[in-house]
Amino acid sequence: MKYQDIIHRCFRCGYCKFTSDYYDFNCPSYRKFGFETYAPGGRMWLIQAWLNGEIKNSERFQEILFSCATCANCVEHCVFTFSDDLVNIFIAAREEMVNKGIIPPPVRDYLKNINTSGNPYKEPANERGKWADGTSIPAYDGHEYLFYIGCVGSYDERAKKIARTVGNVLIEAGVSLGILSNRETCDGNEVRSLGEIGLFQFLAEQNVTLFKELRVKKIITLDPHAFNTFTQDYPSLGGEFEIYHYTQVLAPLIQSKKLSLKDREAKITFHDPCYLGRHNGEYEAPRKILESIPGFSLIEMDQTRENALCCGGGGGNFFTDILGGGEDSPNRIRVRQALDSGAQIIAVACPQCAKMLEDAVKAEEVGHKIEVLDVAEIVVRPLA
Amino acid sequence: MEVGLHIPFSAKTEFLRHDYFSMDKKKASGLPIGGTMYRLTFDENLCKTCPTCDCLVKCQYMDLKVDEAKEEMIKIINGDDSFVLQDCITCYGCEEYCTRGNHPFYLITERREEKGILTAPRAITKQWVNIGEQRGKYKLGDIKQKILSFGFVPELLELVQGRLFDDVMPSYVFGQEFFCNVVYIHFANTSIIKERLPLIIDNFRKLGVQEVVCMHDECYGAFTSLAPAYGMEVPFKPIHYFEYLYNRLKELGDEVRPLNIKVAYQRPCSSRLSPDKHHFVGDIMELIGVDLVEREYQAENALCCGDVLGMIYGYDLKNDVQKRNIDDMVEHGAEYCVFNCPVCQNALAAKITKKAIKPIHIIDLCRMAIGEK
Amino acid sequence: MSDITLSLAQIVGEQYVSNKAEEAYFYARDPGLMPAHKPDYVVVPETVEEVQKIVRLASKKKMPIVPMGAGMSLTGLTIPLKGGIVIDMKRMNKVLEVHEKARYVIVEGGTSHGLLKACLEKNYPRLRHSVPDSPATSTIAANVMIHGQGRLTQQYGFNSDMVAGLEVVLPSGELCKIGSCSLSPEWFSKGAPLPDLSGLFLGWFGATGIITKVALKLYPRKKMRDVEIFVTDREDLVPDMVYELTHTEMVEDINIFAQPLPVIFKDNHHITLFITGDTDEELEFKRKMIWDSLDGFIKSKDGGFMSLPPVMKPTLLEMPQRSVSRFADVRKGGGFEYSGPIIAVEKYPECSRKIMELASQYDLAYSAMARIIGRSHCMMFGFAFTFNRADPDMMERTRKALQEVAEFALAAGGVYWKPTVDEQRMAIERMDPNTRNLMKMIKTNLDPQGIMNPGNWEVH
Repeated sequence: MKYQDIIHRCFRCGYCKFTSDYYDFNCPSYRKFGFETYAPGGRMWLIQAWLNGEIKNSERFQEILFSCATCANCVEHCVFTFSDDLVNIFIAAREEMVNKGIIPPPVRDYLKNINTSGNPYKEPANERGKWADGTSIPAYDGHEYLFYIGCVGSYDERAKKIARTVGNVLIEAGVSLGILSNRETCDGNEVRSLGEIGLFQFLAEQNVTLFKELRVKKIITLDPHAFNTFTQDYPSLGGEFEIYHYTQVLAPLIQSKKLSLKDREAKITFHDPCYLGRHNGEYEAPRKILESIPGFSLIEMDQTRENALCCGGGGGNFFTDILGGGEDSPNRIRVRQALDSGAQIIAVACPQCAKMLEDAVKAEEVGHKIEVLDVAEIVVRPLA
Repeated sequence: MEVGLHIPFSAKTEFLRHDYFSMDKKKASGLPIGGTMYRLTFDENLCKTCPTCDCLVKCQYMDLKVDEAKEEMIKIINGDDSFVLQDCITCYGCEEYCTRGNHPFYLITERREEKGILTAPRAITKQWVNIGEQRGKYKLGDIKQKILSFGFVPELLELVQGRLFDDVMPSYVFGQEFFCNVVYIHFANTSIIKERLPLIIDNFRKLGVQEVVCMHDECYGAFTSLAPAYGMEVPFKPIHYFEYLYNRLKELGDEVRPLNIKVAYQRPCSSRLSPDKHHFVGDIMELIGVDLVEREYQAENALCCGDVLGMIYGYDLKNDVQKRNIDDMVEHGAEYCVFNCPVCQNALAAKITKKAIKPIHIIDLCRMAIGEK
Repeated sequence: MSDITLSLAQIVGEQYVSNKAEEAYFYARDPGLMPAHKPDYVVVPETVEEVQKIVRLASKKKMPIVPMGAGMSLTGLTIPLKGGIVIDMKRMNKVLEVHEKARYVIVEGGTSHGLLKACLEKNYPRLRHSVPDSPATSTIAANVMIHGQGRLTQQYGFNSDMVAGLEVVLPSGELCKIGSCSLSPEWFSKGAPLPDLSGLFLGWFGATGIITKVALKLYPRKKMRDVEIFVTDREDLVPDMVYELTHTEMVEDINIFAQPLPVIFKDNHHITLFITGDTDEELEFKRKMIWDSLDGFIKSKDGGFMSLPPVMKPTLLEMPQRSVSRFADVRKGGGFEYSGPIIAVEKYPECSRKIMELASQYDLAYSAMARIIGRSHCMMFGFAFTFNRADPDMMERTRKALQEVAEFALAAGGVYWKPTVDEQRMAIERMDPNTRNLMKMIKTNLDPQGIMNPGNWEVH
């Protein structure tokens, strides 16, 4: 297995589970399951045991490995020199399981659906662009930017609204962009994080070819997950493009008053998406947007930026739901953290986070106290 | 949970590893080890006929009149005991005060070593000797005929940035293999310099460089003062980084904006090895519109930052020297204290900040003047 | 589902019980070198009542119970030597009450040092506790149970000396309060003026009961901290230097380390001194006092204060020091174990020569780490070796070196700290017979079935 020379080096000291100030445990699966085995140190020791033949590939072991949200809290807080590779190690172990063909059913189903339909929802590829119906968002035709939506924004009802809002706002601000509509296919970030590297490479190469065919130079992504794989993985597959998350394009436009915003009072807290924040170091752009809206006060949760608790949707868990359910599921804990901050709105910049946290608001029955809105949706509300 | 069977999409297993950080793993090979004996060139007659004995008379840490100074220097020359060998605090000042081209401080250092007179506690000396040992962990940039030498001063890896260095960077060297080792004169240990400095010079030679911009003036002093004093040949042209900065600022012309601030300058001990370059401090300040305050402890009268004093002599001397120095800066209305040596900056930064004086390295000050800071 | 699994699931909820191979594997071992032994069950309770019910169930089934915090003793104290139930206490991690003016806190039995530190910094910035340098996950209850030490140990003794009260689940499942809290709402003392019953539990590694609540004394937290390192090449003078330093009563903590790498530390002994103050004047006054106290050694060239590079200070000042954990990977192998006898400070030279001798004999990377306890009353001298988990030969050499340390420590008048079961056996053999009998009496009376962390402190 890749990284085999590193796995035995974990001391299982547990710094990886914490926030920087040790105020709370911050590993989503450890928070949910409570056993050391579900923390990064547990995974490291169990992967080593599995490779040595001391434990087998069981349902439990699969749950332990696939409940990792790949949120990179461990990467951020591990004290050892190999910390950068922790998430990569967990993905490599998943890859081993995928290659052996024994994985949890929801993971299998997810990968199968991507393989056959190009999306996890088993929806027809020729309906991928339907989300844009009724908008003035054009098909890509040599525009300055390609606006890449991803599977969630294309098919999930809640996320589709966000995609429309983001597209409309960018166009209103004068950004030249177009979408691939039905020609778009999965970016592969979750496929990669679930360990199906062959399928990922296929998807990535397909996308790179299409982007090049269309002479795409710059891409705006709706979803931080696509942003991540375009930024981190595609270059080594020949996909060198200028990649922006939509907040990175929107922030300067708002700051330069390309959009005029009305005063509206509300207390907002921002939930950092792992694939924008910890994985790619972008903490400022969404905050700049929120801070520019008159009347809004941005208040931070105790666990914020590099210490933000993942919503629990990362690493494929948005689709497989291995990490979901119950009071200790990360999305519900996150909503409670947001409530503790005194916020009335949880701002998100990721359609997966939006859906995860909205579900948690319902489960916690706090819809009357707090709502979940994408940054772009917040911008739209006070638009003049 | 049931077991899910999955047929892998393909057998490709090469994973895209996320390299969050990459280290400069460049290594050169063939650097030499070993050393040769070198002797200090010292003209006794120059001392014996010296009318002023400025070397000791001007010393700020000992109080000697001309006759007394001459007497003690002669004792030192003759290898006799002298209280100077006990009391010298290793500020290097006498190297500058001597206007006749002799090397009083190098001689004091030689004699101390011969007599086994320690300056610093043994443990501190060992620590420094260990730190400077070549270990093959140096960093090389993209080496051209002109390079910047960071010696073994890690702070320089951060400081040296921006347009001021555009024309040379990334042509640089860093690490023990390029560490001048001059610091050991603080520790009365010239034998380690004699052993290591030729190897360092040879490392530069092997790189085939013609000009070395020394980013620390101890490095510059090694090649222009110490090496010649011991008969070591230097096969490249050393350039003091003050001179380099001055010329770059001139080149940048209109981009330089006057800063209109009042600063004090903390002159380091190592600057005493190249007093002919000290004028660049004033020249640079003038160029960037900075008012260099005329204070008591500047130029020839500069006081030690105290770092070495603490290690060698303990609290009181260190504290006294630092206090006088900082009070002098405050009294003269300095808003910033400009540092040449990062070690001085580390020693004084916290204390001067408490007096509302901002510490800044001269490189950062110059970068401020071109709008980079 | 087996009967016991079902019963445990009824107590803590199905999700928090495991008899699976994965948990059995992980909880069978700690990061040290002791042999693994699998538990039959692992449970993660959330309340005191759940702990009581688990203990009652275990008592009924005559099944061993091992309470566990972070499992970081490194000497195998949470390895279930006879199987049974491992109780992972870390879901019980609340800071329950902070009594600011009386300077104590009551925490649950699984609360980590990291959490308490963060909680105090956020809500009570004038209070602090004695943070050990074990990882931040290590729990307060486990730390006092093993007589741990921390940043305030030079001033106030072992961390267990700072306990102000306990709540313990006895082997019978009954809940028992220890200290002033047994008859007062206040938890200000673990014993005095009553008979001090805390000794029935502290130092017993869970062999007499499970701590579910700890009251811990808090201390003034000054606004500023700084660190200095006095360096010497004379190990024989270290006790004298420590004596001078402790005489000043100005130092927060005194740690001494000696190790060959990185090279800046080669050949020397480093007395690390922490000082605190609310004002610059206070801090500087203390600094002068400690510098002056060692001035004679500076003048004789036997030691000096080193110039601390700016990158080093934050590493030294952080609590806990994460660099201590990093020692595990010096050999790129994630392994680290130390024997840390509590021993007279005068034994520093012998101890330091011994660790160097052993490191050379067994070809091991080492770090000598001593922490002064009280005003030089004694010290913990850590004979720490790092090893590569993927190198069985190196692991075996480390085991042998530590065995030699165990023999050396007793011969030098030391007493084992958090001893392995083998060291416990050696200690019991050497102990005064009447003391040994008293321990046996206590254990037999409290835990007649021998279900509490069996294998530990067993007197036969």
